[in-house]
Amino acid sequence: MFRTALRNVLAHKARLLMTVLAVMLGVAFVSGTLVFTNTLSNALQNSSAKGFDQVDVAVEAKYQESKGDQVGKSPELTQALLAKSEQVPGAASAIGVVSGFTAIADKDGKLIGGGFQSQGGNYWEAKDPRYPLVSGHAPSGANEVAIDSETAERAGYKVGDTVRLSIDGPVLKPTVAGIFTTDDGNVAAGGSLALFDTATAQSLFGKAGTYDEIDVKAAAGTSQATLKAALDKALPADTVETTTGKQLADDQAEMISSSMSGLKQGLLVFAGIALFVGTFIIANTFTMLIAQRTKELALLRAVGASRKQVTRSVLIEAFVVGAVAAVTGLVAGIGIGAGLKSLIGMLGATVPDGPLVITPGTVGTALAVGILITMLAAWLPGRRAAKIPPVAAMSSVHAAATTKSLVLRNTLGALFSGAGIAVVLAATSMSGSDGQAPMGIGAVLLIIGVFILTPLLSRPLIAAAAPFMRVFGISGKLARQNSVRNPRRTAATASALMIGLTLITGMTVMAGSLQKSIDKMASSAIKADYVVSMANGNSLSPDVAEKVAKLDDVTASSPLRNAPSRIGGKTEYLTGVTGSTIGELTDLTVDSGAFKVGGSQVVVDDDTAKSHGWKAGSRFTVNYEDGKKQQLTVAGVYEGNEMIQGIILDNAALSPHETDPADMQVMVKTSDGASSATKDKLEKALGSNPAIKVQDKKDLSNEIAQMFTLVLNMLYGLLAMAVLVAVLGVINTLAMSVFERSQEIGMLRAIGLDRKGIKRMVRLESLVISLFGGVLGIGLGVFFGWAAGELVGSSMATYELVMPWARMAVFLLLAATVGVLAALWPARRAARLNMLTAIKSE
Amino acid sequence: MEHAPFKTSFREEFHPVTTTPVAGRATATMAARATDLSKIYGQGETQVVALDRVSVEFRQAEFTAIMGPSGSGKSTLMHCVAGLDTFSSGSVRIGETELGSLKDKQLTKLRRDKIGFIFQAFNLLPTLTALENITLPMDIAGRKPDKQWLDSVIAMVGLADRLGHRPAQLSGGQQQRVAVARALASRPDIIFGDEPTGNLDSRSGAEVLGFLRNSVRELGQTVVMVTHDPVAAAYADRVIFLADGRIVDEVYGPTADSVLDRMKQFDAKGRTS
Repeated sequence: MFRTALRNVLAHKARLLMTVLAVMLGVAFVSGTLVFTNTLSNALQNSSAKGFDQVDVAVEAKYQESKGDQVGKSPELTQALLAKSEQVPGAASAIGVVSGFTAIADKDGKLIGGGFQSQGGNYWEAKDPRYPLVSGHAPSGANEVAIDSETAERAGYKVGDTVRLSIDGPVLKPTVAGIFTTDDGNVAAGGSLALFDTATAQSLFGKAGTYDEIDVKAAAGTSQATLKAALDKALPADTVETTTGKQLADDQAEMISSSMSGLKQGLLVFAGIALFVGTFIIANTFTMLIAQRTKELALLRAVGASRKQVTRSVLIEAFVVGAVAAVTGLVAGIGIGAGLKSLIGMLGATVPDGPLVITPGTVGTALAVGILITMLAAWLPGRRAAKIPPVAAMSSVHAAATTKSLVLRNTLGALFSGAGIAVVLAATSMSGSDGQAPMGIGAVLLIIGVFILTPLLSRPLIAAAAPFMRVFGISGKLARQNSVRNPRRTAATASALMIGLTLITGMTVMAGSLQKSIDKMASSAIKADYVVSMANGNSLSPDVAEKVAKLDDVTASSPLRNAPSRIGGKTEYLTGVTGSTIGELTDLTVDSGAFKVGGSQVVVDDDTAKSHGWKAGSRFTVNYEDGKKQQLTVAGVYEGNEMIQGIILDNAALSPHETDPADMQVMVKTSDGASSATKDKLEKALGSNPAIKVQDKKDLSNEIAQMFTLVLNMLYGLLAMAVLVAVLGVINTLAMSVFERSQEIGMLRAIGLDRKGIKRMVRLESLVISLFGGVLGIGLGVFFGWAAGELVGSSMATYELVMPWARMAVFLLLAATVGVLAALWPARRAARLNMLTAIKSE
Repeated sequence: MEHAPFKTSFREEFHPVTTTPVAGRATATMAARATDLSKIYGQGETQVVALDRVSVEFRQAEFTAIMGPSGSGKSTLMHCVAGLDTFSSGSVRIGETELGSLKDKQLTKLRRDKIGFIFQAFNLLPTLTALENITLPMDIAGRKPDKQWLDSVIAMVGLADRLGHRPAQLSGGQQQRVAVARALASRPDIIFGDEPTGNLDSRSGAEVLGFLRNSVRELGQTVVMVTHDPVAAAYADRVIFLADGRIVDEVYGPTADSVLDRMKQFDAKGRTS
């Protein structure tokens, strides 16, 4: 049997090409993902491990959980603790580490590194072993800074240049004293690092006299474990904890690999979708090959092959096809993995160097996935092949599938679809997370139901296209009829395209609706013209709010100051505002009482009020971070939203209890309203700080929109693979159809249909199938988008469904384009068919 | 079965062209003509001459059968004259049109407008009804069929009550009658049949041949048919015999017996030479 199967594969090379390509793409996606994430993870781990070379044992503060009325906090690592650590037996030296956010502007005033990876720290004494200087000297005093060599190179800074920095608002302009190299993982990943002398760093980061971590170096001959034990003995166990450098490196490696595995899994989901789409093509191809070989297979049965042997021969064929596809896919995937790495490098992110990692696991997974999927998809056609009766070898026509199977199929499909719709609808009325699982199950049921029903749906939906097809005369008519000639095949082909478009449309609907709702939420609750915040979401120095309040054009402004507190044994976050102006800056609906903030009067959102059983006029005791208590009165209860919620009180009451007050944002109202001139003035007043964003409502909307666009574009990119595989499927189906109908095409040519007419006929058939898949996909996508939105919307007051009509039109156009492109080659082939061989009987 | 009166005329081997009026039509013009037509496959050692300088005319309103053993070139001759295949040298005319100079597009148009085809394997489109199959050439041309003519063609082949059926619902004979009607419906200058009865039982075959002969007698249609069946050939006004790519004989007013005799002679000749 093996020889027969192999011969068959070789004989149908061309017809199996699209199948091989489809499987290959899926496997390449899988192996590319594995190679890329393994390589990246390996490189990051190596580079981070180097970063811990200077640390034998790290001493960190032990966080004290909130308890009773006491707000949780970290004890301070003082100079005394450092001195004590250094004197522990076996310790050679100790370094106090201070770190925090530090934005560096390039020469054009733009932030380097996007804000999220802008780090700052301290340069230890005269010669810090962590940061070897390549030029200049150690920074000293408030006016000197050292920067890492990558950042210096990128921005073109040299020793002696003045750089603009910002930590929490005010702009600093120190001189570059030195440039150093570092193995810091953050810098390796494209971030920046600015170092000050220890005293400056401590004061800049608001940690006067204390450290974030104490790194102790062991004396020669002392192991990390011995040193750790000595430190544990010498230091107070209730306030500090110690970790060996090796443990730190391991933890870091663990963290990198777990964050990488998130990325890996995310990518693999999309690879899985592409492979799933591929199964339709495989099943289609084998069904067609078997239909074409009915006589051969019947002959095999007639000469004594058992049913099992026939099925097995089909499966062996699938195995060969799968193996070829998997091997080529693996090779392509390794190429993709290597390509992705350099692509990311080109996009500006710095990826640490490292070898391409191809594990046996990657190879095994790729091969197994390719082969198993192909064999699995070929299994049903294989079973059908076994059912061909031996007598079919003698007669020219083999009885087609009975109507009973279609009746069964349609009943089954209707059941699945109905159940799916019912479950999804039921899920929409549930709240948030409860509805997620039913929603997912319902969606899967409905998709399966629609798959099963597509042959049934194809007739009415394609018949609806008749008026449009009539424009194309006889070619259009024949194309329409050809496309419903084999409903199962058309259905499988269209389904493949449907999957991609369902996901794309569903995500577009959801993203558009969410964007609109978040946008509304962000802008509807505030009356302020501007919101000032830090580029990376860090907190602002109170300095900024003070500066803004003093400006002439500013009629009202208030910082939003966040602080934890304990109330009735629970942790509650307080929002400190300027009580006199907050009413002019926010637009919150007051449920009861009055919106009055000042003195001991506070306002509380409805959820918090409910959880504590407060009403307007209720009184409660708050325990501040510093342990002090205060009696507060609920003046009013307002409707909270994602932007503004919790207990709002006056800063005059809150700030005395904060050692290091920090503002999340500053809301500003100006006399002239939002205008670019006013914005310029505000920015200038804040020292044109690259780390500070001054945004009006439109900027906020744009920022939200940008975020959604980015995510959506990434999803589109990943789903493009599934669509590409579907295109292969359409090509495959058309090529097979042309092959099967070559006699008809020859006759049409003979009685006078020209090449153009033949081409048009094939193209239109392709268009009809693609649009059928497109319409189904977009329809399902809208339904899922709506349902998921209902689910999410139940916890979002401002949720509203936004139908992306323009996008949907684009997707339909995309489906049409897929149809036209997929038909290029089959149409050409059809037009070039040799008429004579085509019409010669048998 | 009624046959034309027995009448043969044996001409010189390479000049079978004749102007002898047939069936009382005195001023017959040419529907198609091939002159020194050659078709050669391959080159050098492997060269095969399928047609060797064949000259033949097909008169209007005449029913011609082309016969010959397998490989004699009879199908090739028909394909070349019908504009389905290219030829190596010589010329072919359909009416006033010289085929040799035509591009594929013009050739397609010529087949569509001037030529009708009947194939051995019926070659109907399974998705179309009988009527739609009949009007297919006109649909391709984007023309409305002549209703009266169409009705008379349909009446002649006796399909009036089967027009809404699809080919799968028709018997072989009925399918071939649809094919005959399709060939006649657009009133082509000439109809070519490639073994049109090859796949039919004798009764259905006789019916189809009867229609073809009636179309010639009553409607003035020109028909050229390739066949290997002497009984089928006997329906024709004239039989041309091909062997080794050449016309070797011609019979006017054939009967099944006379055709069979000729074929036996060729076979004998073939064996002795």
